[in-house]
Amino acid sequence: MTDTTDRIEQLRREASDAVAAAGSSAALEEVRIRYLGRKAELPNLLRGVAQLAPEQRAATGKAANQARQALEAAIEARGGELASAELHDRLAQDRIDVTLPADPLPAVGRLHLMTRTRREIEDVFIGLGFNVAEGPEIETVYYNFDALNFAPTHPSRLESDTFYLKPTDDLFAPDTQLLRVHTSPMQIRAMETQPPPIYIILPGRVYRPDSDATHTPQFHQIEGLAVDTDVTLADLKGTLLAFARAIFGSDRQVRLRPHFFPFTEPSVEVDVSCFNCDAGVLPDGSRCGLCKGSGWIEILGSGMVDPNVFAHVAQYGYDPEAVQGFAFGMGIERIAMLKHGVPDLRLFYDNDVRFLEQF
Amino acid sequence: MRVPIEWLHEYCAPELTTQALAERLAMTGTEVERIEHHGVRALENFVVGKVLEAHRHPDADRLRVCLVDTGNGDEPSQIVCGAPNVAAGQTVAVAKPGSVMPDGTGLKVAKLRGQRSHGMILAEDELAIGTDHDGIIVLDDALVAGTPLAQVLPISTEVLTLEITPNRPDCLGVYGVARETHAATGAPLAPPPWRQDPGSGGDVAGASVTVECPDLCPRFTARAFEDVKLGESPTWLKARLMAAGQRPISNVVDITNYVMLLSGNPLHAFDLDRVAGGQLTVRRARDGEQLQTLDGQTRTLDSEMVLIADGDGPTSIAGVMGGARSEVSDDTTRVLMEAANWFGANIHRTSLKLGLRSEASTRYEKQLQPEQALDALVLATQLMIDVCGARLAPGTIDVGGPGPAPETIRLRDAKVTGLLGVQIPRSRSAEILTALEFGVADAPDGLDVTVPAFRRTDVSREADLIEEVSRLGALESLPATLPSRHGASGRLTGRQRLRRAASDALAAQGLHEIVGWSFESPDHAARLRIAQRPVVELQNPMSAEQARLRTTLLGSLLDVAQLNRHRGAQAVRLFEAGAVYLPPDAAVGHPPAEPYHVGAVVTGPVRPATWLDAEPRAADFFAAKGALAGLLDSLRVPWNVAEPGDPETFLHPGRSGQVVIGGAPAGWIGELHPEVAALWDFTEPVAGFELDLDLADGLVAAPRYADVTSFPEVREDLAVIVSDAVPADEVITVARRAAGPLLTRAEVFDVYRDPERIGAGNVSLALRLHFRAPDRTLTDEEVAGRRRRIAAALTKELSGRVRDS
Repeated sequence: MTDTTDRIEQLRREASDAVAAAGSSAALEEVRIRYLGRKAELPNLLRGVAQLAPEQRAATGKAANQARQALEAAIEARGGELASAELHDRLAQDRIDVTLPADPLPAVGRLHLMTRTRREIEDVFIGLGFNVAEGPEIETVYYNFDALNFAPTHPSRLESDTFYLKPTDDLFAPDTQLLRVHTSPMQIRAMETQPPPIYIILPGRVYRPDSDATHTPQFHQIEGLAVDTDVTLADLKGTLLAFARAIFGSDRQVRLRPHFFPFTEPSVEVDVSCFNCDAGVLPDGSRCGLCKGSGWIEILGSGMVDPNVFAHVAQYGYDPEAVQGFAFGMGIERIAMLKHGVPDLRLFYDNDVRFLEQF
Repeated sequence: MRVPIEWLHEYCAPELTTQALAERLAMTGTEVERIEHHGVRALENFVVGKVLEAHRHPDADRLRVCLVDTGNGDEPSQIVCGAPNVAAGQTVAVAKPGSVMPDGTGLKVAKLRGQRSHGMILAEDELAIGTDHDGIIVLDDALVAGTPLAQVLPISTEVLTLEITPNRPDCLGVYGVARETHAATGAPLAPPPWRQDPGSGGDVAGASVTVECPDLCPRFTARAFEDVKLGESPTWLKARLMAAGQRPISNVVDITNYVMLLSGNPLHAFDLDRVAGGQLTVRRARDGEQLQTLDGQTRTLDSEMVLIADGDGPTSIAGVMGGARSEVSDDTTRVLMEAANWFGANIHRTSLKLGLRSEASTRYEKQLQPEQALDALVLATQLMIDVCGARLAPGTIDVGGPGPAPETIRLRDAKVTGLLGVQIPRSRSAEILTALEFGVADAPDGLDVTVPAFRRTDVSREADLIEEVSRLGALESLPATLPSRHGASGRLTGRQRLRRAASDALAAQGLHEIVGWSFESPDHAARLRIAQRPVVELQNPMSAEQARLRTTLLGSLLDVAQLNRHRGAQAVRLFEAGAVYLPPDAAVGHPPAEPYHVGAVVTGPVRPATWLDAEPRAADFFAAKGALAGLLDSLRVPWNVAEPGDPETFLHPGRSGQVVIGGAPAGWIGELHPEVAALWDFTEPVAGFELDLDLADGLVAAPRYADVTSFPEVREDLAVIVSDAVPADEVITVARRAAGPLLTRAEVFDVYRDPERIGAGNVSLALRLHFRAPDRTLTDEEVAGRRRRIAAALTKELSGRVRDS
C-alpha cells in the first residue's frame, strides 16, 4: 500500500506549503481545517488505519501520525509568527497624537497655607520635645486676662479690643465669656491639668476686632510654654533659634528685644535675621522692603513666665519660688506671610482656590 | 509719645545720631515707632535779617517790597512780604532760596505780581513753631544779620515717636525718657527740672481743698498765682509744644501742657476767681449727677466716679476733663494750678463709662505716682513766674502727701543667673540699677535694691529687678541654649493624628482645604433654614455679618464655593476642618461646646473636561459619598450612611442621608436643596457632608494581621430583585448575616430597574460576594451552600427574588 504512504507524504508536502503560504491567522486557520479538520483527509486516513491489513497498519499509522504531528507543529509555529506580525501591524496602526492634552487623574487638593504652616511649626516643636494641646476658643475673663496678670486697666479688655459674648454686662467679672484674644489662656489650662515639668505648644484660633491688610478679626496663634526647675531665658533663645532656623533657614540668627507683656517678666520680643537681604540691603544695593532695611524681622513675643501667673496655678504644683519657665506666642499667618511673601492677611480668608493652590 | 530730640537733649544728649539712639532705645526696651523731622531743613538758608526798606508793592496793596540785609557781606535781597506788621528797621527771620519748608516744599526765587522775591520773611506757622500767621516774627534787634536762625529759634528737630509700654508710665514725660536714655547710653543726665522749688509750704490764703475719697485720690496738690497776665507763650515754649504735637493756646494752658509733656503728670488750671468759695472738694459723684465738660458736653456721672466740686457744685471730672465753669479765660488774673494723683483703675473705668478719653485720663489710668504730682506743680510754678509774670501766693495745698516709703527688694545673684542662664557680675547689676536711679546696697547673697518712687508700680519683685538687669546688661550677649527637659518627650495625641489624617485624606482626593470665618450672619442661618437653632451671639460684633458664631461649616463652605464660582472655577471641591459653636442646652454659665467638624462641598464636573471626555459627570450625592468614603476608610473607622431620620432642612429630601460612625449619628451627607443652592447662585447639584470628627476618635485601634494571601478568594455574583424601599445596605447586611464569616466582602456592583421585566417599584441589585477561609481553600460545595443560605435569607427577610445566574 505504498499508495497510502505516498498519499500521506503528498498531503504532508501540500500542507507544509499551504502553512508556509498562509498570510494571516485566518488563512492559517483555513489551512488547519483543510488538513486537520474533521472532514480532512489525513485524520480520516488515521481513523481508517484499523481497517487496514495488519502488516500495513504499523507503517501507515506511524507515517500518518508523524505527518499530523509535524503539521500541527508547523501550524503552531506559523501561527506564532503570524500573530506577532499581526500584532505589530495592529500596534503600528494604533497611533495617537502624543501632543494632545493629557487626561489626568483627578488633581490632589491642598491643605490651606495656614494648616501647612501650623503643622510645620508644630513638628519643629515636637522635635524639640514639646507636646501639643488645643483648648476652647470661647474663654472667660479669668483665663484670658486675670490669670495672665492683665491689669484691670489694660486696654485689651475694652470692647474695642475683645469680642464679648452676649449677654455681657460686666467686662471685668471673671466668668464673663469672650472670644479669646490670644492662645495664652491655654497656658493656665495646661498647667491646671499637668504638673511640671511641662513642655507644650498650644495652637489655635484667636479673635480681635480689627481688619486691614495685616489684621483680620480671626487669626491663628501658637503659644509655647516650658516650665521646669531650671528653664532659663537663654533656653528660650536657644529654643526659638532652633525654631527660626527650621522655618526660615539654617543660617538665621535671633535677637531678643526687651518689651512688656503682662504675663511674662522679663518680656522680650524676638527678631529673626532677615532672610531676604544682607543686613537690610538687597543685592542691587537698595533697601530691603521685608525688614525695612533693619536686617531684622519681628516674629513673636515671649518672656519668662511671670511669678503672678504661677501664683494662679500654685495649687497644681507651680510654686513661683520652685519653678520657672518661658512662654512665647506667635501668629501662624504672620509666619506664613513672611515665609512665603504673602502681602495681605485677608487672602487667607478669601480662600480663592487659585491662591490656595500655590502652596 | 512724641519726644523732640532738641528737648530731650536739654536733659540727656548722647553723642549718637538719632537713628543710633532709636536703635539703642529699642534694644533696651523703649520701642521707637518712627523718627520724624519737625520743622524746616536746609538750615544754612535760614538766617537773621534786617529790613532796610519796606515799600508798598506797586501792583498790590497788601504786599510790601522789602530790601533785607541777610548778612555775610551779601548784597541786600529784595523780598516781597504780605505781613501787615513788616517795617523797615525790624530784625526778622528770613528763609533764602534753597530753603526747605516744614511741609517739604523747596523755596525758589519767585515773582509776586511782577516783583522778584529772593526768599521769605517768616511767620511762626511757616516754621511750624507756632500757629500764628497774622504777622512775621520780629526778633531781638541785638541779633546780627546773617546769624543762623537755628541758633535763635528751635526751627528744626527730629522727633522720636515712642511706644511706651503700659508698665512704664514714668516714661510718659520727656524727662523720664531722658532717664532711660541715660541708662541706655551712659550719657550724663541733667538734674530734674523740678529740683529748684520757688514755692513754700503751708496753707494757701483764700484757697483750700478737701479730699473725701483718699482711696481714689492719693494726692492733691495746688498753688495759687496772682497777677497772672494771660497771653501768648514765648516762641521757645510754643516751638516745643508744636514739635511734641500740641497746639499752643495761651500761656497758662500751654504751661499745663508743657509740664505734663516734660514730667508726665497732667495739671489743671482753675480760674481762682471762678472757684466758688475758693474751696474745692474731691468726692465721689452722686448717681446721676451732671456736669458740663470743657468740650461743651453734659456728662452724667455715677457714684464710682470722682469729681471736683466748688461751692456751686461740680467743676471737673477728676483726672479726665475739666469743667467749663472754672476754665481760665482772657480776663483771668488769679490761677489755682492743680496737679493731682488718682487711682488709675478708677480713672480708666470713668473714662470707659463716659466714652471720654483725654491726654490726662490716658496718663492717669496707667497709674502715676503721688510724688510726680508735686514735681509737676513745682515745674509749673517756675514757669508761671517766668512766663506769665505771675506772683506765687505763699503756701502749697498738699492733701495726701507722697506715696508709701520705698520698698527694698533683695536681688539674689543666684536668681539672676538662674533665670537668665548667663552669669551677670553683681557689680554690673549694681551699675545698671544705679543708672536707673535705684538705690543699691550690698547684701550677703546679692543686692538690696530700693525702688525709686516713679517705678513703684512696675518694680515690686525680684523678677522685676532681673528684667531691668536683663534688658540693659544681658540680652545683647545672651547665649542660646536648650532646656534640659528632664525626660519630657514630644508627640501628637491620637486625636491630633486623626485630625491630620482626616485633612490629608480629603486633600489627597482633590479637595482644597479652606479656612472659613467662625462668624456668621443671621442671614446665613435664614438661607440655610436653620434660623431656629440656638446660637452663640457676640455682644460687640464688628458687623451684622459677623454677629454670631457658626453652628455648621456649611455656610463658610458655600460662601467660598460661590466666590470661586464667580471667579471662574467650574469644578469646586472644598473642605474645612474646624470648630463649630453650640450653646449649652440649658443653664447659663456653662461654656458653649466647640465640637471639631469636618465638612466638604463638591459641585460642577467631578473632573475637568478634556478632549477625551468633554462632558464629565456632574458631582452629585455619590461624589460626596466617595469623598466621605475616602475620608473614613482611610481613617479605618467603621461607618455607614443611613436613611436620614429627620433630614436637615437645607438638604434635598430625597438625596440626603445620615453619616453614622461606629454606630453613632455623626453628621449629614446629601445634595443641597435646590432652593438653598440657588441662594448661593448654584443651579446644578451641590453635594456635601459634615460630621463631628471627634466621634471617630478612639475607634481606631492598631489593626491586627489577618492571612489574606495563603488561600484563594472565591468570587460569586448574585442578583436579587427587591422592592425599591429596601436600602442596598440592608440587602448586604442580610447577606452577611446569612453567610457568616466566610463572606469577607460583599458589594453592589449593578443596579437595574425595568418595570416590564422585574415589575414596577422593584430594583435588581447585583451583588459581588467574596468568600475566603483563613485556613483552607474553599470547596465549591461550601461556597454553593453559603450562596443558597444568602438566597434563602434574601427571599425570606426581604421578599427578594434571586435571579438565576
